[in-house]
Amino acid sequence: MAVELDVFVGNTTLIDEDVYQLWLDGYSAGDAVAIRIKRGILEQTGASPDVLESDTMDHYRTFQMLERLLHSPPKLINQLLFQTPPSMQSMLIEKYYTFDEPFVREVLGKKLSKGTKKDLDDVSAKTGITLKSCRRQFDNFKRVFKVVEEMKGPLVENIQQNFLLSDQLAGDYAAVVFFANNRFETGKRKLQYLTFEDFALCAEQLIQNWTLGAVDSNVDDMDVDLDREFLQDLKDLKVLITDKDLLDQHKSLVCTALRGKVSIFNEMETNFKNLSRALINIAAKLIHTKDVRDLFIDLVEKYIEPCKSDHWTSSDVGAFLTQYTNAARALDAFKHQALWERYMCTVKSCILKMYHD
Amino acid sequence: MGEDADRGGVSSVGVAACIQRPGSYSFLFCGPWRLVQPCRQSTGPRATMPGKLKARIVAGRHLPVMDRASDLTDAFVEVKFGNTTFKTDVYHKSLNPQWNSEWFKFEVDDEDLQDEPLQITVLDHDTYSANDAIGKVYIDIDPLLSNEAAASLSGWFPIYDTIHGIRGEINVMVKVDLFNDLNRFRQSSCGVKFFCTTSIPKCYKAVTIHGFVEELVVNEDPEYQWIDRIRTPRASNEARQRLISLMSGELQRKIGLKVLEMGGNAVVGYLQCFDLEGESGLVVRAIGTACTLDKLSNAATSFLPPCSSPSKDLKESPLVHQPSHGCRSTHNSPIHTATGSRLTQNFSVSVPTLIFTGMGSGSGGKDGGPLKALYRQQTQSAFEHREFPFFTLTTFPPGFLVHVGGVVSARSVKLLDRIHNPDEPETRDAWWAEIRQEIKSHGKALGCHAVVGYSESTSICEEVCILSASGTAAVLNPKMLQDCSMEGCSEHRLSRQPSFFSTGSEKGEFDFFLQCQDSASLLGLDDASSLGCSFCHIPYDELNMPFPAHLTYCYVCRKQKVPDVLFTTIEPPLEAAITGKGCLIQARLCRQKKKTQGEANATAISNLLPFMEYELHTQLMNKLKLRGMNALFGLRIQIAVGENMLMGLASATGLYVTALPAPGGIQVAGKTPSDSSYDQHIANIQKKINDLIVKNREIYEINPPEILDELLGSPIPETRQRSRLFRSHSESSDDVPELDLSHGKKDAFVLEIDDTDAVEDIQSLLTDASTPSGFYSCNTEVMPGINNWTSDLQMFTSVRVFRLNNVTSLTSQGLNKTFSDVCENLLKTLYFKLRSMVPCCLCHVNFNVALPEDELIQVAVTAVALTFDKDQTPYIKVGTDKTLSRASAENEEQLQFTLELCMESQATQSTALFSPAKAADISESGHLQAVSPAIQTDRCSSWIEFIKQKAQTIRRGSIKTIASLDKASPLAEAHARHRSPISCATSTVTVVEMTPLSFIPGAKIIKYLGIINMFFIRETTSLREEGGVSGFLHAFIAEVFAMVRAHVAALGGNAVVSYIMKQCVFMENPNKNQAQCLINVSGDAVNFVKESDVEYASTQAQGSGLQAGNGSGDIVA
Repeated sequence: MAVELDVFVGNTTLIDEDVYQLWLDGYSAGDAVAIRIKRGILEQTGASPDVLESDTMDHYRTFQMLERLLHSPPKLINQLLFQTPPSMQSMLIEKYYTFDEPFVREVLGKKLSKGTKKDLDDVSAKTGITLKSCRRQFDNFKRVFKVVEEMKGPLVENIQQNFLLSDQLAGDYAAVVFFANNRFETGKRKLQYLTFEDFALCAEQLIQNWTLGAVDSNVDDMDVDLDREFLQDLKDLKVLITDKDLLDQHKSLVCTALRGKVSIFNEMETNFKNLSRALINIAAKLIHTKDVRDLFIDLVEKYIEPCKSDHWTSSDVGAFLTQYTNAARALDAFKHQALWERYMCTVKSCILKMYHD
Repeated sequence: MGEDADRGGVSSVGVAACIQRPGSYSFLFCGPWRLVQPCRQSTGPRATMPGKLKARIVAGRHLPVMDRASDLTDAFVEVKFGNTTFKTDVYHKSLNPQWNSEWFKFEVDDEDLQDEPLQITVLDHDTYSANDAIGKVYIDIDPLLSNEAAASLSGWFPIYDTIHGIRGEINVMVKVDLFNDLNRFRQSSCGVKFFCTTSIPKCYKAVTIHGFVEELVVNEDPEYQWIDRIRTPRASNEARQRLISLMSGELQRKIGLKVLEMGGNAVVGYLQCFDLEGESGLVVRAIGTACTLDKLSNAATSFLPPCSSPSKDLKESPLVHQPSHGCRSTHNSPIHTATGSRLTQNFSVSVPTLIFTGMGSGSGGKDGGPLKALYRQQTQSAFEHREFPFFTLTTFPPGFLVHVGGVVSARSVKLLDRIHNPDEPETRDAWWAEIRQEIKSHGKALGCHAVVGYSESTSICEEVCILSASGTAAVLNPKMLQDCSMEGCSEHRLSRQPSFFSTGSEKGEFDFFLQCQDSASLLGLDDASSLGCSFCHIPYDELNMPFPAHLTYCYVCRKQKVPDVLFTTIEPPLEAAITGKGCLIQARLCRQKKKTQGEANATAISNLLPFMEYELHTQLMNKLKLRGMNALFGLRIQIAVGENMLMGLASATGLYVTALPAPGGIQVAGKTPSDSSYDQHIANIQKKINDLIVKNREIYEINPPEILDELLGSPIPETRQRSRLFRSHSESSDDVPELDLSHGKKDAFVLEIDDTDAVEDIQSLLTDASTPSGFYSCNTEVMPGINNWTSDLQMFTSVRVFRLNNVTSLTSQGLNKTFSDVCENLLKTLYFKLRSMVPCCLCHVNFNVALPEDELIQVAVTAVALTFDKDQTPYIKVGTDKTLSRASAENEEQLQFTLELCMESQATQSTALFSPAKAADISESGHLQAVSPAIQTDRCSSWIEFIKQKAQTIRRGSIKTIASLDKASPLAEAHARHRSPISCATSTVTVVEMTPLSFIPGAKIIKYLGIINMFFIRETTSLREEGGVSGFLHAFIAEVFAMVRAHVAALGGNAVVSYIMKQCVFMENPNKNQAQCLINVSGDAVNFVKESDVEYASTQAQGSGLQAGNGSGDIVA
């Protein structure tokens, strides 16, 4: 006797969150059954393996049918085929779009192209995430990217409206989209210690301060691209290191403010010019797309690493950057206060996030 | 008794020689009732244009991409009714077209309105080639024709294509303007209401129950027309769908005419089925119970049993005041008798009436004897007027059902290729008339004049067709059938006067109702209504019993005689006294037969049927005993015929009826002589059985009060019947040695294991797995003994197809076991799937078996899982479910989308059993909802808020529990950060509940919106690509549910009750990568409100339809 056909359809679609997670993780139905058995479900329920298999298959079929709708969450909300309570719908969407940290670290900042997709088996091998799951996560990135890429208005909100994600997940996607669009380098060995969360915060800062939308919220604003004009202007900051007087003045102001307040005062004093040069050179170079991509590696190499080697604590870094930013205000000869603030506030936040003790 | 019954059954099998003249007597059955209705093809004089149908196409969404180049679609819509077609403009390059068409107006007569569906076709415009069809929507106009129901419908309908399934949705508005008083020619029966529900619908009261109505219509099956060879599968499927839709409409109209003829205004328990006869045609047939219903003015009173107006009672009470009032009514019988002579041609297998009672004799209840006879005479006369005193109802108003005799059933084997004139309905009419006649005579043999819980079915394989009918023989209170409202339940008590009978006789006239009242009281009717035992009392004459039965005095009233076991096809009467809880009991049987053709085949089947029926009953009986129960309700026996086997499946709900004696045990007897090891084996089996009975009594809480035997009088059994063998045909000879193996004081059934069949029986007895703890199951509407239902329900359909590998090599037992395992496994899967709903009860578990191909067995189950509260306190309005439901109740009061929220909290409630942390989480969020002031002000944003909160809590495992603790602040901050609120997340989809039950627990049905009767075909030529047969059928069933829900929502409803999947015909050809499936479903669209919202609603409702279906409301606007 062989089961030829076996289906179960409820008026309210039954969703087992555990099975859903297994499906999302890219396990085949057979693997899912094995995993469920291993988790002891048979003992808990007194069911037999064939019952479990039938149940798993039903769920897998349901998920496959749902997947088409999950690609466009507003469709899922308005479709008539599957009756599901709103809470279940949001769970389905949220989990479908949730991505794994190891995966996103591999892909963040890469071009979401066919080429990258082809390399997913390497990613899968490296991260231990199934290829199927990698593909879903990659396709999610790409889908979200395509939809919001050309859209006007705030990025996070666009994502939220089109994919009905929670605030946090929408924020994460905004980071992914922003990084993919600007192709920030995140994969270098020196950057490996940084988590996605670090980058997500940096992205948020960059979006809020350095994009076109940041200046004023007129209708044409775009959150995805950096404000070219702003980047262009950044070279004006060079005056802070090229003008000897300004540089000295700046240094003495910072040193006065920090004396006795930080443990690494001497190191700071010695290194001030180097650090200042590093930060301003990064700014001045941002006009080149290539250097934009290297923003994070530059921050690590030029600023974070020297501080690390001098054993700065993150509070030292915080104190220094605060004074460094504020002191420039007192420099009468320095005319680019607004530009300075816009640059430094963001860089400060990023560095603080990236500076792990 | 078994032997007698058995032989009776065999002897009534038609003689083979008779098939030579099939259908030749059909004209005999054109009784007068047929003459009063219009001729089938009549197009006689008719009023022109009595109605105007208007349709407007608003928009489409989620359309499929039809143009690969642009990834878009140029869609337009054709709206067709009858022969008139309108078109919308082409909406270019969009998957979400906004047509906003004008109102298309069809001027039509009401007959067409009833027969024809509105046909909406969505097409893709193509300049160079033919326009491609995207899909269709058929809208049944009938629900709009009743003056009570909505006059318009509006909403999103799935666009359905028989090859591709659902392809987007279309927003349609339909209105009907009926001009009054144009029904002069009675071609139409607009205004007659149809209900699938097999009880008096909740917001109505029955003024009169007129009786049985039936009709069938025949047409050539488009799939078998010559043109089918050249047209596409799509065209063929659509032709079929349309034809069945037309035929259903016609059928309904014709039944409606009969109802009007009888003076009724509604059909209750309407059951429509179609038979795919193949070459000989396509039959659509329906049965129902004609009634005159009155809408209860205040829907709120419908909760109470309808006996609340004393003044009316007095007026209508046929007491001494107005004896003539009732008298007259007996002459008003709307149907005239036209019993055609019984046909003897063809094969006709009538299966003996099967009720299992012991033989009893002795004096009747004191002085009740002569009166009983008189009573019988009277009631008889009331029913003689009816051709078929059948009722498709399964639940009755209190006092209606006087006694229940037992199950009566009849089957008949017919050859379809012998139909004389296949395009005409006469032959089939005759067939059914014959069977009904059989049923009627069986009923009479049981001393009953009516058959309740009546149903009909067929099973077709090639040219062989088995027609089946079954019901429960019963004595009804005739008063209730005539011009008398159902509010009569309390009258019996009023009328019980000791001097009553003498008053009547002094007058010298025997008023009908007088008698009825009088005898009723003497028969213990009034006692029964208070004690709940009357329906068990035997209706037949104990001196002249139709079959051997074992009678005792009723265990409740101790006055009347009752059988030891009672089988019925109805719901347990509301007033019935039940001990403990019940359970689903199934008997399953497979029998091989030779693969033959024509008459030989029919003969073989005819010969097998009685044995099968008997075996099934044996199994049922044994399983009933094993569970320590004594009555079956909702018994449904299905026989499926295939090429090389027959399959029987009997399902029923076993209960312990307090009035009946406790069942004896099951005694196992070995063959004699025997050796000691064999005895040991027997003793083992016996022990197992006894243990199981004890265990089952515990599980089902069967603790009947001990009654001393002296009080009951002696059971007076004849010794011969005392220890009746309960075995199958194999030992049907009379010279079986007398066995006296009394089990304690009770009579035991004896299983002799001297043949292989018995071993099999015992095997099947002992292998049936009991339901897992936390679950109950029954095939009746609800489980007696559970009344604290919560509002969480889940209707589902499960279908399985099994392939038997070389059937011929299997033994009969092997086959049986296989089939039994199939059913058991299916049930086990259901329990597993629904484990999160525990404690819950699977109600109305409806199995359908079929043998679609040589070695395939198909089992389909539709049921509803209802949850209930563990503690046995009755259901209170707000629900007693501690924190969770309190939270949800709070939500319900403040939010509009009660259903969704409620469902959600209920769903999580069950998971909460496993993880308390999560429960806290949910109730926390529920609480948050309730206190947040924003929610009261803005429904939209509260929804989003809700979704977000849910999302927040579920996002990434680690945040789960923490999120709920510090939810309020970070979320608010996060939200404030964004510039505008999100507005697109609101769903336009109304939640529609579906249930096979006639009610919704914890809710009140406030309006019936019309019958839903839908038929769909789905076909694929890319089976593998659609996920194989399972993927194909899974999607199709989901689509059917979606289309039902959409129609209900468009009518302004939020639930379907009495939902039934009547047919699911699945055919596959994996080699060709093809499959086809036909599904027929029906139910009653209703609008309900949660009981907790009733007070609130009643103030608002006033005609406004109660913001019926929030979602569809949005669409209209």
